[in-house]
Amino acid sequence: MSPNEPAMRLPLPTDGPLEAPAEWQELRRKCPVATVELPSGDKAAYLTRYDDIKALLSDPRFARPTDRDEGAARIAPEGAGGPVANGDSSIAIATQGEEHLRWRRHVGKYLTAKRVTALRPGMVAIVESLVDDLVEQGQPGDLKATVGFPLPVYVICDLLGAPAEDRDRFSYWSDAFLNVSRYSTEEAQASYGEFARYMSELIAAKRAEPGDDLISNLIKDGTEGGEGLSDELLLSTGMGLLVAGHETTANMIGKMVSMLLADRTRWERLLDDPSLVRTAVDEVLRFDANFGFGVRRYLGEDVEVGGELLPGGTTVVCALSAANRDEQVFADAAEMDLTRAPNPHMTFGAGPHACLGQSLARTELQVVLEVLLRRLPTLRLAVPVEELQRVEGLLVGGLRTVPVRW
Amino acid sequence: MKVSVDEAKCCGAGQCVLLAPEVFDQRDEDGIVVLLTPEPSPDQHSDVREAAAVCPASAITLHDGS
Repeated sequence: MSPNEPAMRLPLPTDGPLEAPAEWQELRRKCPVATVELPSGDKAAYLTRYDDIKALLSDPRFARPTDRDEGAARIAPEGAGGPVANGDSSIAIATQGEEHLRWRRHVGKYLTAKRVTALRPGMVAIVESLVDDLVEQGQPGDLKATVGFPLPVYVICDLLGAPAEDRDRFSYWSDAFLNVSRYSTEEAQASYGEFARYMSELIAAKRAEPGDDLISNLIKDGTEGGEGLSDELLLSTGMGLLVAGHETTANMIGKMVSMLLADRTRWERLLDDPSLVRTAVDEVLRFDANFGFGVRRYLGEDVEVGGELLPGGTTVVCALSAANRDEQVFADAAEMDLTRAPNPHMTFGAGPHACLGQSLARTELQVVLEVLLRRLPTLRLAVPVEELQRVEGLLVGGLRTVPVRW
Repeated sequence: MKVSVDEAKCCGAGQCVLLAPEVFDQRDEDGIVVLLTPEPSPDQHSDVREAAAVCPASAITLHDGS
């Protein structure tokens, strides 16, 4: 990386909606620490090798940039992107150190493998009813809008203890926080205001009448002698779950189904052997080349990456999807292998900031796939793969619609 | 095979519990890994190896004696 070399611009172009950028392989081989220009015009270092990214993400010294990090590269141009695009002080969750760890463990205990497994029957019921809606609306249907988009927000509402009749409001807010191409900054901020008011009322209601939900339990932790979370932190936690868990999973559901139907022998393999659902879900997570352009880290001090010294003050973009196709780690990395195990892909990140909700996300994806295979075995794409269109949101990659027939 | 876990590194992702529930658990109070079976039986080895390989925090170490 040298300051004079012309920077590539992110996002990198691809040949098709599900394809990986051709540059990744070249970069991994020849230029594992490249210079890129983000949509904001800011420059960042761009990592594509698995080992480099894993080492950096596992380094507890570094976290995503916040607005305290002077000179950190912003993703979106000034004024675009709403409250979450560029690290905002309105989000009270600490990004580093003891405080971060404490928050993570407070919330993490409600997202353990066992707790998530207990949520599975409820998820199956939701997906069954969403598939009913899809069938009722007739062919061709949009699997993303009818199944992918609602499921994760319904699951988050149940988790938070928000009543079912408010689910659609959550959907709207979540979309407004993240979908920078559809909503203006004013709309995103207005949504944040509405969401904050709603959550304050929900928190007050749970204080008065606790249930067996995340908010009630977090409040209870605080009143039973332990260190609780402030209302501000409870609000940020609700916001964090929505932002981290909705659009990402919703898009992944659409992409998962598209990838499996793009080559229908994959779908047929799963029909023949549904026990492959678990490894198939992790393989589509690995194979997804449209996950957004990566995870950022702000370097508060110098660090060596891939034999190169990156100076403190650098913003690094870790291209997780490029790492997921690193031939040094994955045999036949460019091939989708529904039986791949172990599959140490980094779609959920790695290290102290690895996705806290990954068991939840995996379970949602597994449930969607199981129910679809059982209910709609004849499922197929209603358009040629090349006609699927990527969303232009800056933060979370996905497909606009996933038209299907059955 | 002997297994050890690093609680300080553990990020509570729960992959190990999903893969090898007889060997790993998560603490109720914070979701951090609990090692139930430090010396798993041979029929558990493959699941344990997979759990160690996919742990996002690299918090599981295997000492192969068998």
